[in-house]
Amino acid sequence: MRRLSKLVATAFIGLFFASSASAIDLTVVSWGGAYSASQIKAYHEPWMEMNPDVTFIYDESAPEGVAKLRAMSEAGNLTWDLVDAIAADVIRLCDEGLAEVVDVDEILAPAPDGTPASEDFGDLLVSDCLIPQIVYSTVVAYRNDVNEWEGRLPEDICALFDLENFPGKRGLEKRPINNMEWALLCAGVPKDEVYEVLATDEGQQMALEKLGTIKDETIWWSSAAEPRQQMADGEIKIGSSYNGRWFDLINVDGAPVEILWDAQVFDIDGWIIPTGLPAERREAVIEFLHFATDTQRLADQAKFISYGPARMSSAPLVGMHAELGIEMGPHLPTDPNNSKNVFVYNFDFWADYRDDIDVKFQAWLAN
Amino acid sequence: MQKLRAFLLVVPLLLFVLLSFVGPIIDMLFRSVENYLVSDTLPRTVAILDDEDVNEDWQPSEDLFSALYVDLAIAVDVKAHTRVGSRLNYERSGIASLFRSTGRKLSGIGSRDYAKTVKSLNPSWEGIEHWQQFVAALENANALPNTTAAFRQWQRDHAARRTDVNSLEPQDVLFVVLVEEALSVGEGRLAAIGSPHSDNLAEILANAAAFEPIEYKEAFLGFDKKWADRELWVTVSLYSSRLTSGYFLNSIDLKKSEDGIEARPERERLYTKIFMRTFAMSIFITLCCLVIGYPVAYLMANLPTKHANILLILVLLPFWTSLLVRTAAWKVLLQEQGVINDILVSIGLIGDLNRLAMINNQLGTIIAMTHILLPFMILPLFSVMRTIPPSFVIAARSLGATPVTAFRRVYFPQSLAGVGAGMVLVFILAIGYYITPELVGGTNGTFISNRIAYHISSSLNWGLGAALATILLAVVIMLYWTYDRLVGIDNVKLG
Amino acid sequence: MARFPAYASGWDKTWHYAFRIICGLVFAFLMFPILVILPLSFNAGNLFTFTPEMLRFDPDGYSLRHYRNLFQSPDWQIAMYNSFRIAPVATLVSVSIGTLAAIGLSQRHMPFKQAIMAILISPMIVPLIISAAGMFFFYSRIGLQGTYVGIVLAHAVLGVPFVIITVTATLTGFDHSLTRASASLGAGPVKTFFKIQMPLILPGVISGALFAFITSFDEVVIVLFVGSADLKTLPWEMFSGLREQLSPTILAVATVLVALSVMLLTCVELLRRRSQRMRGLEP
Repeated sequence: MRRLSKLVATAFIGLFFASSASAIDLTVVSWGGAYSASQIKAYHEPWMEMNPDVTFIYDESAPEGVAKLRAMSEAGNLTWDLVDAIAADVIRLCDEGLAEVVDVDEILAPAPDGTPASEDFGDLLVSDCLIPQIVYSTVVAYRNDVNEWEGRLPEDICALFDLENFPGKRGLEKRPINNMEWALLCAGVPKDEVYEVLATDEGQQMALEKLGTIKDETIWWSSAAEPRQQMADGEIKIGSSYNGRWFDLINVDGAPVEILWDAQVFDIDGWIIPTGLPAERREAVIEFLHFATDTQRLADQAKFISYGPARMSSAPLVGMHAELGIEMGPHLPTDPNNSKNVFVYNFDFWADYRDDIDVKFQAWLAN
Repeated sequence: MQKLRAFLLVVPLLLFVLLSFVGPIIDMLFRSVENYLVSDTLPRTVAILDDEDVNEDWQPSEDLFSALYVDLAIAVDVKAHTRVGSRLNYERSGIASLFRSTGRKLSGIGSRDYAKTVKSLNPSWEGIEHWQQFVAALENANALPNTTAAFRQWQRDHAARRTDVNSLEPQDVLFVVLVEEALSVGEGRLAAIGSPHSDNLAEILANAAAFEPIEYKEAFLGFDKKWADRELWVTVSLYSSRLTSGYFLNSIDLKKSEDGIEARPERERLYTKIFMRTFAMSIFITLCCLVIGYPVAYLMANLPTKHANILLILVLLPFWTSLLVRTAAWKVLLQEQGVINDILVSIGLIGDLNRLAMINNQLGTIIAMTHILLPFMILPLFSVMRTIPPSFVIAARSLGATPVTAFRRVYFPQSLAGVGAGMVLVFILAIGYYITPELVGGTNGTFISNRIAYHISSSLNWGLGAALATILLAVVIMLYWTYDRLVGIDNVKLG
Repeated sequence: MARFPAYASGWDKTWHYAFRIICGLVFAFLMFPILVILPLSFNAGNLFTFTPEMLRFDPDGYSLRHYRNLFQSPDWQIAMYNSFRIAPVATLVSVSIGTLAAIGLSQRHMPFKQAIMAILISPMIVPLIISAAGMFFFYSRIGLQGTYVGIVLAHAVLGVPFVIITVTATLTGFDHSLTRASASLGAGPVKTFFKIQMPLILPGVISGALFAFITSFDEVVIVLFVGSADLKTLPWEMFSGLREQLSPTILAVATVLVALSVMLLTCVELLRRRSQRMRGLEP
């Protein structure tokens, strides 16, 4: 990737500016695929046009980002300059001292109306190291052409557990996060007590029992592409995945699928600056971040992928999808119509209980 | 001389394998017992806990919290407190956020006032240089050991993170330790340090009233009432040693407790289950390979060489074909919208709605792995069977033995060497498999390797991953040794 | 027609044919998955199964689109490029030092032969995930994680056992009087090696090299841990394809790889026969 995707600015511009600044290569780690493409179009390409001395090297190692960054730092051998990570991982990186603590008001641009960045991001600043980019959600979708449902369509999250009215295979992620919350919600736990209950052994038991009612009917996925494929094939009738995957399935492939926005779980993805960058590289990274996370750039990204911009001030600027030509606003998880009943991924809770509950969940699955 | 020459030829490779393969693996295995983090980050707290008997009636003391404050404050400055929190969180959920949130609030304990007051008495305390000279003088005079230790640890921890120690700003905690220790020691004993440092200390003592004593316990309980929880302290004291058996206990579903080692509750037992599953499935796969490999090897051994060679190529072709190609092929064949299900539906054997689930479960792993490992069974069987003279069976038959008896009493015992070699080889390869179970194993067809990979690359519990790897490796080495005894490793044949 | 001994009963004959059928089924099991992907890779659709058009042998049911995709998509191109620049170099490393060691190991005076052999063969036996994790930490420490050199070294270690096994196999039964004769006739050790030993062990060296090559070319676990996205190889791309989005391009890749294995297997077979002829083990 490094060799081929080195996007070198044209020689002409390069020559023109060659004397003004020294060239710098920045290694940016992200997820690859459609997500990286949306970032490149919205942030990297415009920035390189403005700064011909900067060359980005794209590395798609974000899925193993935390492990690799930790090994690199243990070894004192840092080769990454900017890393994209989901918020839960940002918290871990921050905890481990692998990500730099940042003051977003100091290094990022304020909103056009002057609102400081920290207020513009609001609740999304879940870690001292996080520089938020987008909000995505894990959300349930269903096929709207299932004969056995006799015209009934799911209206709330508990349809997932309702085998009587909505028979058929389910597709759920092979990990406790999100599934446990939904199970408790449908076992009758009030929404604001879910995490309190889930912290107890009995609560975890209750959630697993509720999941047990659909265990035989569930196909567990570990990669978000699986439920999309299975939903397209009709192998599953209802299941969870990221909203961007469902968007593609519905709007690009035209599958008879609808999203059930109820109890969608918001999650955040953002940048971190690895600890220990040399001053010159750190400066170059921060200059880029100042641009790449401003109100317009975050809004631009939504033209290429159906994830919500992390800044509140970006929302009114979101326009049409660059290729499909549909208005993106109503397809974003952050749209008011979609976000009537939302869980925000409870980062603190899962940082504490992830390992513990995961063991119980996997043991339950294995039985 | 000849010995030396032979040895010299081997040396480059031996060094290469030792350095880039054996060494790294041994190094990784040490992570399974290594536990420096807790005692290195919380040395004072651990020292106090070691001396105490944390029994039912035990209450965390003011001294303990005072020690914890110094440890944590230094850790916060080098961002190590959350690492130790994450480490302890593996043993007890909730510690990670406790350390994180306490770290955030720690400066509210009153330490800032101490630093401010001291600096206002003499501005030279603001600079690191002054501190360095001061601590050097303390060391010479053997005075104020706590202050010396705190300063040195703080400096060392920063240096370990490649920070330039000469550009550091003295942290509040250093002032707290200094003032408290100086006040407790008293002026008389400080004169030995020598001017100008003793005068600086005298200034501080003269203004003793300006320092309001910090109520550590009260402050910590104010940060979070969990700090009063005895169980928390039990966990810290159980996992404070520099080497721990904790990861190994965890990997066989045991845990440390105050009363020694105990089993985890039924619902938390995972790893013994996965180990048993790995062994059971590997044995089953080995038997499948034996059952379907034996007749083929027999046939090939009893055909004329020319024909046998053609069949041998058919056995070797899958062996030479990429593992991922074969796994992909099985995925295509077995999946719900795949070839086999389509065939079964089109001939009306099953309904379109009742397609068989043959993948993403144990069945999928067993089918794909049997296919992948079959050549490793057939080849050793074949090489042994080729040496069995057919005349023995003919003799037995002509003496009146039934075909079954002749096979059972005469042929089979002679082929046992091949059976043993093939079974051990297939079993060794099977228990360490990762790729195929990962791709077709689903929820109940994954192996211990998949869990090791999860801990290395996803949960980051590297100690537990290393402990699981050590156990797996020990089993493999035992089998390897058996294999060596049985056939001799230098007798391995590749086609 | 099979010739049966005089004492063969009707049961024997039935069993004889039944046995052949069983063996036929086993061979079908061995070959079926590999054979089935070949036609599917020419599928004109995006499916993983035989479409009605394909079953009617309608030309519209077949196309080369997945092959075009394979040779046009940048991801697969990079993967191919990396695979072909890692495997040969790794092979070269393991063959060069592996052959030397094999010669040393097959001399009668070799001390600690068993123990050294056990160590050198171990990369083949140790579960890959353990090797991969060990190398991941170690290579991170010395700055080789995510580098070309790191992967080449890691793959070279994995290839070593195969070189050792095949080369020592050709050396067993090697007549040492040949080297003595050569020496007594005045040839130096270097000349003796190239004129006498080399031609005899060459088939073993080459087939060891082919094994080492296929090992590196087919390896994915180490690449996943020690590599990085810009060093992804064909197996890496296939692995993520199989885990993420199963695209029929994978079948095209698979077909190309099967063709490659057939080629390599043929080479190994020819070499083996040549070696046996040269050593006079078989007519």
